[in-house]
Amino acid sequence: MELLVASAIGLLTAVGIYLMLRLRTFPVILGLTFLSYAVNVFIFAAGRLAVNQPPIIAKGATYADPLPQALVLTAIVISFGMTAVIVIMSLGGYLESGHDKVDMDGKP
Amino acid sequence: MTHWIIAPVVLPALVAALMVVALRHSLALQRAASIVSILALNAIAVALLASATQTGPEAYFLGNWPAPFGIVLVLDRLSAMMVLLLTGLALPVVLYAVGSGWDAKGAHFHPLLQFLLMGIAGAFLTGDAFNLFVFFEVLLIASYGLMIHGGTRDRTRAGIQYVAFNLVGSSLFLIALATIYAVTGTLNMADLAEKLPTLPDGDAALIRVAAVMLIMVFAIKGALVPLQFWLPGTYANAPGVVASMFAVMTKVGAYATLRFGTLIFPTTLPATGPLVAEMLLPAALLTLAIGAIGILGATTLPRLVAMAAIASMGTAFIAIAAFTPATTSAALYYILHSTLATAALFLVADLVTRRRTDGMLTAQSPIAQSGLIGALFMVAAIAIAGMPPLSGFIGKLLILDAWRDHAATVWTAILVSTFLTILGLSRAGSTLFWKSQATAGDAPKPKPEPLAFAAVFALLAGLAALTILAGPVTRWLDATAASLYDPAPYIAATKLYQDRADAP
Repeated sequence: MELLVASAIGLLTAVGIYLMLRLRTFPVILGLTFLSYAVNVFIFAAGRLAVNQPPIIAKGATYADPLPQALVLTAIVISFGMTAVIVIMSLGGYLESGHDKVDMDGKP
Repeated sequence: MTHWIIAPVVLPALVAALMVVALRHSLALQRAASIVSILALNAIAVALLASATQTGPEAYFLGNWPAPFGIVLVLDRLSAMMVLLLTGLALPVVLYAVGSGWDAKGAHFHPLLQFLLMGIAGAFLTGDAFNLFVFFEVLLIASYGLMIHGGTRDRTRAGIQYVAFNLVGSSLFLIALATIYAVTGTLNMADLAEKLPTLPDGDAALIRVAAVMLIMVFAIKGALVPLQFWLPGTYANAPGVVASMFAVMTKVGAYATLRFGTLIFPTTLPATGPLVAEMLLPAALLTLAIGAIGILGATTLPRLVAMAAIASMGTAFIAIAAFTPATTSAALYYILHSTLATAALFLVADLVTRRRTDGMLTAQSPIAQSGLIGALFMVAAIAIAGMPPLSGFIGKLLILDAWRDHAATVWTAILVSTFLTILGLSRAGSTLFWKSQATAGDAPKPKPEPLAFAAVFALLAGLAALTILAGPVTRWLDATAASLYDPAPYIAATKLYQDRADAP
């Protein structure tokens, strides 16, 4: 399972960085989303990987670390909000300039 | 002071919500609420500063949860000073926004400004690394809105780059925090300071990776080379008044670097050693050089000021990078000075740009109130370049003195870049104000903007006060810097919970 999670994080990050370096806003936003998925899985893994362990302390039972789950929830909410902002801004940029290139127009 | 510690976070949040919900339709009421809120914040910040000076670090336990498990805010001398700097800058900025009519050019200027204040104050006060991330996001999302305020095409597109850059920064921040949590099992800053020195050697590599990533995140905020690319486009395209408020946002990066570099990754920590300092110094020197060259190369006034902001961050980070009490004291003085000076120069640039068709550094027909604005430009330029008699000179002198034993690199960088800055600013000033006088065209009718001019005067008066009171201020800063290198009271403050009567 470690190999699966680690390679999933690596793949998501690689895809995210590749897309982020594109010239147009849509792939860039997709890349940022992939990057935030990778980060979310990574935070989750920071609390150690465990199967069938609820994040609740019960008598005699083993439990998973609940804090990374709370952290990842915060991270998901924040990245969701930020993605919404950048989507709206790039829509505005597209409507105002007629294209969706990330670069400025070469004016100083 | 217990409950007042959280007031700089809660008050702007409530006021912003009130504005959006109840005062949505009346700009006049929003302006009044915004100014009253910022005045109140100033009073609170002064009280917090007095309290931190007298009683030392004090922790506020949110929801009354004990420290390593719940979130704490910690008020110490450094955070109190930064909060006062923030509120002290916000007052002229909001007056300028009202006086120049910037806040009427789009919706929700004042609520966004309040949310920005909330995020920055929270980032200064928090004692929890993950909470620092959350406050970073609060201040960023407010800054996105402010940056594209009254949006034009270029402003929106520069805004996209700004948001994308910072989203990458946030991802890095989260990866670093998750790595730290995986190794230590805590994200409370005081708890980290205690746990990191006792880590087994096997975990040192992970901590070094996390430290490097954290410093990179703070370098993005502080616009250190090679992560400064977002700043010129953002600051030059943002409304002038917003760019002026952003002058304190780069200082969040400087503050966080200072806090983490002294409390969590001090040079005495076996896992990282002098890693942070070794990374920062070359980057800071390059930042200063690129900023100074950028001032010479800039073709528009806002971009020139943005480059001056980068150069001043380079100077501040040079002082931070030494991590000794003397240099840190110099860094703090320079941070106070450069925030006010950069903000003042952005406001003057906005006064000029709004009276012309564009911000190009070319001779055009003379602007209204050319003499007064030219004089203000000169004073602000003297301040940011670091010439006597204003506080920039004292700040740079303190930094040079603190780096006495590295004269070859640091002195050369600071002195040469100061020369380039003077050259660039005087060329810009003479083109804008003197050559324009020589062109044909009558001076247009003056625009009476008493509040806007008062705001610029207030910032310059702040610089003058910083110069005149340099003695007491540096003595206070010396004690602040010394307290950063003795984190025991800071750590002890977050543990006070166990001794309290109402502890469970």
